[in-house]
Amino acid sequence: MKLQGKNLSLRLNSSAILNDVDITVDAGDFVGLIGPNGAGKTSLLRILANLQQADSGTIELNGHHLKSIHRKTLAQTLGYLEQGAPAHWPLLVRRLVELGRLPYLSPWGQLTGSDKAIVDNAMNQAEVQHLSERIISTLSGGERLRVLIARMFATEPNIVLADEPIAALDPYHQLHTMELFREHCDRGGSAVVVMHDLNMAARFCDRLVLLNQGVVACEGNVESVLTEGNLAGVYGIHAQLDHQTTKGLTVIPTARIPH
Amino acid sequence: MIIRQVYLLSLMALATAALFFMALHIGPADINITQAFSDSLNSTHTLPAMILSEIRLPRALLAIVVGATLGLAGAAMQGLLRNPLAGPGLVGVSNCAALGSVIALYFGWGAVVWFAVPAAGMVGAAISVVLIFMIGGYKSNVMTLLLAGVAVNAVASSLISLALNFAPNPYAMSEMVYWLLGSLANRSLADVQLATPFMVLGWLLILSSGRFLNALSLGEETAQSLGFHLAKQRTIIVIGVALSVGAAVSVSGNIGFVGLLVPHILRPLVGYEPGRLLAASAFGGALMVLIADIAVQTISPDQELKLGVVTALVGGPFFLYLIIKTRNTLI
Repeated sequence: MKLQGKNLSLRLNSSAILNDVDITVDAGDFVGLIGPNGAGKTSLLRILANLQQADSGTIELNGHHLKSIHRKTLAQTLGYLEQGAPAHWPLLVRRLVELGRLPYLSPWGQLTGSDKAIVDNAMNQAEVQHLSERIISTLSGGERLRVLIARMFATEPNIVLADEPIAALDPYHQLHTMELFREHCDRGGSAVVVMHDLNMAARFCDRLVLLNQGVVACEGNVESVLTEGNLAGVYGIHAQLDHQTTKGLTVIPTARIPH
Repeated sequence: MIIRQVYLLSLMALATAALFFMALHIGPADINITQAFSDSLNSTHTLPAMILSEIRLPRALLAIVVGATLGLAGAAMQGLLRNPLAGPGLVGVSNCAALGSVIALYFGWGAVVWFAVPAAGMVGAAISVVLIFMIGGYKSNVMTLLLAGVAVNAVASSLISLALNFAPNPYAMSEMVYWLLGSLANRSLADVQLATPFMVLGWLLILSSGRFLNALSLGEETAQSLGFHLAKQRTIIVIGVALSVGAAVSVSGNIGFVGLLVPHILRPLVGYEPGRLLAASAFGGALMVLIADIAVQTISPDQELKLGVVTALVGGPFFLYLIIKTRNTLI
C-alpha cells in the first residue's frame, strides 16, 4: 500500500508546526522520520495516522482520500504505536494483545478461532508468546514495548506508524525492536518510525526524512541524508561519519556548533 | 475468560436477588411477606400488602437501581479517566443533581407537584454536563474535562450551602440536610417509576462503551487508532453518567463512596479490564447499597441512620486503606 501526504501544513497558536510537507511511503518502505526536538515529527506522524487533521494538504492511501475511508477500515490498515507505550491497567498480556482485534469485531461479536490464531501469530512475531500469562505492569521496558508491538501486529496493519519506540530501551532491546519493524517491511508492509538514534536509523531504515522547523530539509537514502552538511545545518553539530561496507553508516557527534 | 465472567455475574445476580428478598423482610412492622405478596396481587388492601408496596418494595428496588447506577457510573468514570480515584461525584454531576433538588425543596415546589424534587435533580445533572462541556470544550482532553467538573462541583456545593444558609425555616433546612445526607426511606413506587427509566437509559449508554474503555487503557491515541471516535465515545459516557446519576441522586440524595469503592474492589476479579468491570460494578453497587440499607435499618431502627452517612463512614476509611495499600504499585 502507498501512503502519500501532500502539502501538509499545521499551525498551532499562530506558530507553524508543519509547513508544506510532502511525504510518500511505498510498500516495503521502512522510513525513518528524524530531526531535532520540535521539528514536527510527532505532528506529522499523528496527521499520517489520522489522529489529527492538518490545516491544509491531503493524505491519500492507495489514491483514496484518508477522510473518505471508513474509520474501521482505516484502523485495520494503519497501526499506531503511541509514544511512551502506555498501558493504564495491570492487564494480562494476552488480553492486551487481543485488543488489537477490536477493529474487526462486530458490535456484540466475540473473538473467533481465526482471531485467536492471528493474536498467536502476532505474539510470535514480536516474540512475547512466553509472556502471555504475565501482567503488563510487571514487565521490563523492552518486554512491555514488544507486547504493545504485538498488539499492533494483531491488528494486521499494512502500514505501521511508531512514535519514538526505542527511546527508552537498552541497545539489545533497541536492536530487537528495530528488527521487528524491519521484518514487518520485509513481509511487504511498511513503517514510518520517529527516532532520535541516527545510528539505528542508518542501520535499519530504507529511507530517511529529515525534518527541520516544520519543513522537509532533506530526504532520500541514508547516505544522502546523513551528511556532514545536513547534520551541521539541521542539528547544529559537527559529526564524524564512518562509512563501513558491512554495517552501514555510523554517526559520531563530536561537538556543538556555537550559535 | 467469558465463562469466568458469566460465572461471576450470575453469582452476583443471585446474591442481589437474595439480599433483595431479605431487605423486604426488614422493617419495624412484623409482617408475613408471602401473605403480603398474595394480598397485593389480589388487590386486597390489607396492612401487610400496603407496607410491602408502599414502603418496603420501593425502598429495596431503589437500593438496587441507585446502587447499580453508582457502581456503574464509578466504573465508567474510572475507565474514562484511567484513574482509580475518579467517581461520579468528582465531575460535579452528583452535586449539581443535589443542587437542583435542594432548589426545589427550598422553594417548596415539592408540595406543588410531587415529582418536582427528582425532576429538578435531573435538570441539575443535565445542566452540569452542559456546563462541563462548555468549559472543558467538546474535544478537550480528559484533564480539562475533569478540571471543568471540579469547578462545576465547587460552584454547585457553594450554592447548596447558600440555600442551606438562607433556608426559609428550620423545617425546610432540616428537610434539605436530611435529603443531602442520602437516604432511601420514605420513597414511593412513583419515585421509582419516575427515576428508573432515566437510569436504565444511562446504563445502556455506559454499557455500550465497554470496548472503548478497554481500548482506552492503551491511551487515547491508540484507542483512536483502533477506530474509536474519541469525542463521540466520551460524550456517550458522560451523558450516560449524567442521566443515571442525576436520576439516582434526585431520588436518594448523595450516597457517597459507592461509585468509588465498588469498582476498586471488583477490579482484580475481572482481570482489571475496564469493559468487564462495568456489569460487575453495577451488581456490586446494588449489593453494597442493599447491604448498607439493611444495616441502617437493623442497627438503629428508632432514630434511623442516614444511608449516605453509613456509606461514607465505611467507605472513607476503607478507601484510605486501599490508597495506602496500592500507592506503591502500578494501578
